[in-house]
Amino acid sequence: MNDSTQALERLATSDYKYGFVTDIEQETVPPGLNEDVIRLISAKKEEPEWLLEWRLEAFRYWLTQPEPNWVRVHYPPIDFQAISYYAAPKQKGDGPKSLDEIDPELRRTYEKLGIPLAEQAMLAGVAVDAVFDSVSVATSYKGKLAEKGIIFCSFSEAVREHPELVKKYLGTVVPYRDNFYATLNSAVFSDGSFVYIPPGVRCPMELSTYFRINASNTGQFERTLIIADEGAYVSYLEGCTAPMRDENQLHAAVVELVALDNASIKYSTVQNWYPGDAQGRGGIYNFVTKRGLCKGRDSKISWTQVETGSAITWKYPSCILRGENSVGEFYSVAMTRDYQQADTGTKMIHIGKNTRSTIVSKGISSGHGQNAYRGLVKILPTAENARNHSQCDSLLMGDQCGAHTFPYIEVQNPTAQVEHEASTSKISEDQLFYCKQRGISAEDAVSLIVNGFCKEVFKELPMEFAVEAQKLIELKLEGSVG
Amino acid sequence: MLEIRNLHATVEGREILNGIDLTIRPGEVHAIMGPNGSGKSTLANVIAGRDGYVVTEGEIRFDGKNLLEMAPETRACEGLFLAFQYPVEIPGVANLYFLKAAVNAVRKYRNEPPVDAMDFWELIHERMELVQMADSMLKRSVNEGFSGGEKKRNEVFQMTVLQPRFAVLDETDSGLDIDALKVVADGVNALRGPERGFLVITHYQRLLDYIVPDYVHVLVNGRIVRSGDKSLALELEEQGYALYNEEPGRARRVAA
Ligand SMILES: Nc1ncnc2c1ncn2[C@@H]1O[C@H](COP(=O)(O)OP(=O)(O)O)[C@@H](O)[C@H]1O
Ligand SMILES: [Mg+2]
Repeated sequence: MNDSTQALERLATSDYKYGFVTDIEQETVPPGLNEDVIRLISAKKEEPEWLLEWRLEAFRYWLTQPEPNWVRVHYPPIDFQAISYYAAPKQKGDGPKSLDEIDPELRRTYEKLGIPLAEQAMLAGVAVDAVFDSVSVATSYKGKLAEKGIIFCSFSEAVREHPELVKKYLGTVVPYRDNFYATLNSAVFSDGSFVYIPPGVRCPMELSTYFRINASNTGQFERTLIIADEGAYVSYLEGCTAPMRDENQLHAAVVELVALDNASIKYSTVQNWYPGDAQGRGGIYNFVTKRGLCKGRDSKISWTQVETGSAITWKYPSCILRGENSVGEFYSVAMTRDYQQADTGTKMIHIGKNTRSTIVSKGISSGHGQNAYRGLVKILPTAENARNHSQCDSLLMGDQCGAHTFPYIEVQNPTAQVEHEASTSKISEDQLFYCKQRGISAEDAVSLIVNGFCKEVFKELPMEFAVEAQKLIELKLEGSVG
Repeated sequence: MLEIRNLHATVEGREILNGIDLTIRPGEVHAIMGPNGSGKSTLANVIAGRDGYVVTEGEIRFDGKNLLEMAPETRACEGLFLAFQYPVEIPGVANLYFLKAAVNAVRKYRNEPPVDAMDFWELIHERMELVQMADSMLKRSVNEGFSGGEKKRNEVFQMTVLQPRFAVLDETDSGLDIDALKVVADGVNALRGPERGFLVITHYQRLLDYIVPDYVHVLVNGRIVRSGDKSLALELEEQGYALYNEEPGRARRVAA
């Protein structure tokens, strides 16, 4: 074997840089799941009766459901009674009223993560809603957004302040019976973000949430609901990290997006949960249900995701294209190394006339990493002239990793045009040598080529996120110098 | 500046180069001509340090340093450039970005700070004019979807931006029309100077009308069978390589 192949095989040893634990007093509900725990969570959040009932219904339904058994991902059974379903930093007195009141220890955590929580956020044009374990700690720039009638707050706050909106849309895109983990989330969700953009308003800044799992043995079950009213536009960013722990942690979020007539929602994720160590111990189980409903005509929902973390990622951000001429997009980079497993993709459900969808999926596997693209394109009989284009490219580094593509296409209307392209490649010796001959080191060459491979997806990300995504990929490729 | 002594090299266990001696001094342009499969590209690849090309005997010194001990990227940073016979495509990586990465890699090696954005921009534009390259080429992915001629032009463009001390051009003229050929020559001639050396591999004499070499060598069956001045190229054009190509034994006698 020659140098550069060895270099490639030696990828994947850089340390997880977000693995610190914040030393903070936690208020944690003892592990276990029963109706009392759900009542407790609901009570802590001072929720109205209807929401508690909804949670309980979900829980009772969940009890009847078997745990899913997926083909391509492997993990030991999860003991749902060993997980704590609520953890919050203990507050001194009442909750923080402004950014300055946030626990300094917590703020340092966010600083280490590089989250522009305070004034920098304004400069960067980013409004941040930070979710630390189960409680949303601070939401910046609420004032500025409120001027435009935009609501951007924690889910709990939305339940208190805008119950009519929450009640109207919660569970309309992802019903609590949707799947095992969405059902569990519906029963125990602790916090998350809520966004409402009123008609005709273009949100003037990127809205951003950072999730961080800090407490051990806790699951994170956040719930996000974004509604773009007629003619509204919003771009939403979500970033995730978690400390290093030997045991696996469960993250089962639900995200629901609703776009009304002419509305457009762009949802970007950079997911860097702790992936476990090089032997496959620990790491986050990232079982997430994300779905957008293009409810109105000429509406658009665009998902962009860069998935580099988690021991197991299982998620299919999807679009239900109900409105005429509505557009769904899915741009994804999923990178696995060591013993990471990713099974990700999308579902594009075409219901309305002239609906269009685009899927661009880039999978990168190294080490023993396993990467599967699973996508469904479904054209219902009502979807006259529906169009879909899917492109799934896999890049393999080394010969112990795997890439798998499972495109499911169901066409029930003869006017539909569905195209699917797939490719699997390796970084070629020729490319590496060409770069090296120009003075570029093997390591830089690999990251250059990989970034080039991801280009079509990265260019969909807002600028600052694209830079972060590129850095994350580089970090993940570290240790490749031959 | 480049001294090759008794160089033997194998590819996949087969001996391709069997005893090459060649000395190129600063300021000189040497041309290597020879039939297909005679080992011209192999020589270029051995000089550049490509994996899979195994030197079994002999040495190459670059400014006195042992070239064969250096990694390919180190050779490049030391000022060695290879214009590829078959330039490689790198999808998604913009030409400009790639070039900047290369320039900065060399600068880093020399403990210099990354190139100033304005300086780089000026240099790029000056060089683009020299090789008559369209602005749009900068944004396009490295060599992706380029025509054969565009690829070759891009190699010369990279060379003029990187300004190596020693450049090997491997059949950069093949498949080019006369205008494109002149562009290649302009690129080389612009860099030509007392400090720089060139090894120009070509199949045809016509390139050498524009890049006038100081020496011409004939490579057959992995050996230099004859060396001369520029008139040798003309002679080859007329007579072909048949004279040298009958069998290796005879070629060796000619060389000795
Ligand atoms: N990478 C390679 N793998 C296998 N054989 C090779 C390789 N490179 C060169 N060769 C062989 O070495 C010989 C010389 O090739 P090359 O150096 O490309 O010749 P030229 O450039 O003079 O046409 C040919 O027989 C060719 O098949
Ligand atoms: Mg050749």
